[in-house]
Amino acid sequence: MNTNTHPLELAGKAPLVRFQNVTKRYGSLTVLDNLDLDINANEMVSIIGPSGSGKTTVLRMLMTLETIDEGVIYVGGEPLTHMVQGDKLVRANEKHLRKVRGNVGMCFQHFHLFPHMTALENCIEAPIHVLGMKRAEAEERALDLLDMVGLADKKDEHPSRLSGGQQQRVAIARALAMRPKVMLLDEVTSALDPEVIGEVLNVIRKLNDEHDLTMLMVTHQMGFAKEISDRVCFFSEGKIAEQGTSEQIFGDPQNLRTQQFLNAVLDAG
Amino acid sequence: MFDWKWEYSVEILPRLLSATVNTLLAAGFGYLIALIVGLAFALLQRTGVRPITFVVREIVEFIRSTPLIVQIFFIFYVGPQFGIRLSPWTSGMIAIGLHYASYLSEVYRAGLDNVPKGQWEACKALNMGPVQIYFRIIIPQAIPPSLPGMGNYLISIFKDTPMLSVIGVAELMHAATTIGSETYRYVEPYTLVGLIFLAISLPTALALRQLEARVRRKMGMNR
Repeated sequence: MNTNTHPLELAGKAPLVRFQNVTKRYGSLTVLDNLDLDINANEMVSIIGPSGSGKTTVLRMLMTLETIDEGVIYVGGEPLTHMVQGDKLVRANEKHLRKVRGNVGMCFQHFHLFPHMTALENCIEAPIHVLGMKRAEAEERALDLLDMVGLADKKDEHPSRLSGGQQQRVAIARALAMRPKVMLLDEVTSALDPEVIGEVLNVIRKLNDEHDLTMLMVTHQMGFAKEISDRVCFFSEGKIAEQGTSEQIFGDPQNLRTQQFLNAVLDAG
Repeated sequence: MFDWKWEYSVEILPRLLSATVNTLLAAGFGYLIALIVGLAFALLQRTGVRPITFVVREIVEFIRSTPLIVQIFFIFYVGPQFGIRLSPWTSGMIAIGLHYASYLSEVYRAGLDNVPKGQWEACKALNMGPVQIYFRIIIPQAIPPSLPGMGNYLISIFKDTPMLSVIGVAELMHAATTIGSETYRYVEPYTLVGLIFLAISLPTALALRQLEARVRRKMGMNR
């Protein structure tokens, strides 16, 4: 794998996240094909597209849940998937990953809350043990976040006593407690009953409006993506087939596949 | 034909009960060793380092494939050939501890494997380190489904302590045999031994079921 063409760090006004020539394969299947993608600070970027197009893989690679085959991912100007050794880039070791990974937070389709802990405990666990925060400070911050997502009264409940929408909101609070620079939202409403999707979308809306947070969201909620995104990327077969503003993508898609996808989605209601 | 001497039974009971304490201690310590070493066996097999997982796997298989009594004999009688001279108690503890550690490691492995993959990913997304992930998130979730297996092996260890009598550990079976050989009356001693085992095993089994239910409730994992 040739990383000689990749800079050791990004200069000056670099994007917060940069995927540079990123390729990911599972055996003979190429899931991401020479992907170039920039995310700027405070941007809200939606990734849409058919299943298998590589959307979730983008998020998973940024969260270091998947390894990279070719290319480099940069976060905050610094390489994430690789590290500097002398004058070249080599694959990152676990120590480096843990250092840079802290800038990224993620929420999952199936929430993955810790079932043996209350909502509050879920939100203070990592701040205390990873960031070394004092318990009192972690609890105060967690309560603020739970309050922001509208669940302060549920702080002592275990996940099994919360609805899907409530669990997802706690998951968002839990991720935010680690003060990430980039928040990744992987189909966070896809596993929810229709009547609770709105409460989660409201929280995301609030985050976008009131906080300096960079967000990358994979979603099937087209209406929401259209409303809230600064930029929309349409993925197809491991590549960005088309990207632009909401108006451009949803209003006037140029690429045939984008048009086909949006038509199919609209037909489905 | 069956005659039971009540006076004799009452007379030998104190000796038997005193030996029961040794039995309980032997079972208790053996189980403690098994719990800890078993966890080590289970975690070592998950390191992903080929030589380590291979060696530990083979040790576990070897121990599970040989009878406990053979292992007890080996450690006590053959140990000295290798310069390891241990008392009956210590040999017994180590043999039982290692033997049941290998069985418990399988219980733990199943428990650990059954924790959903998403939990690991959530931990990684929160940038937790391996020690924290295992001891604060994964193992606590692996315990409730492992409790029935762990409880069954506790009772099994208790029932296996009579094997230690063959290397001279003064536990319950040993005491009964000694008493019997003194008076040539074996009916009462062995019957009482059986009853004592029953009197301890049954309530223990009941208590274990209640513990399982309580842990489930406490961990909020009632489904």
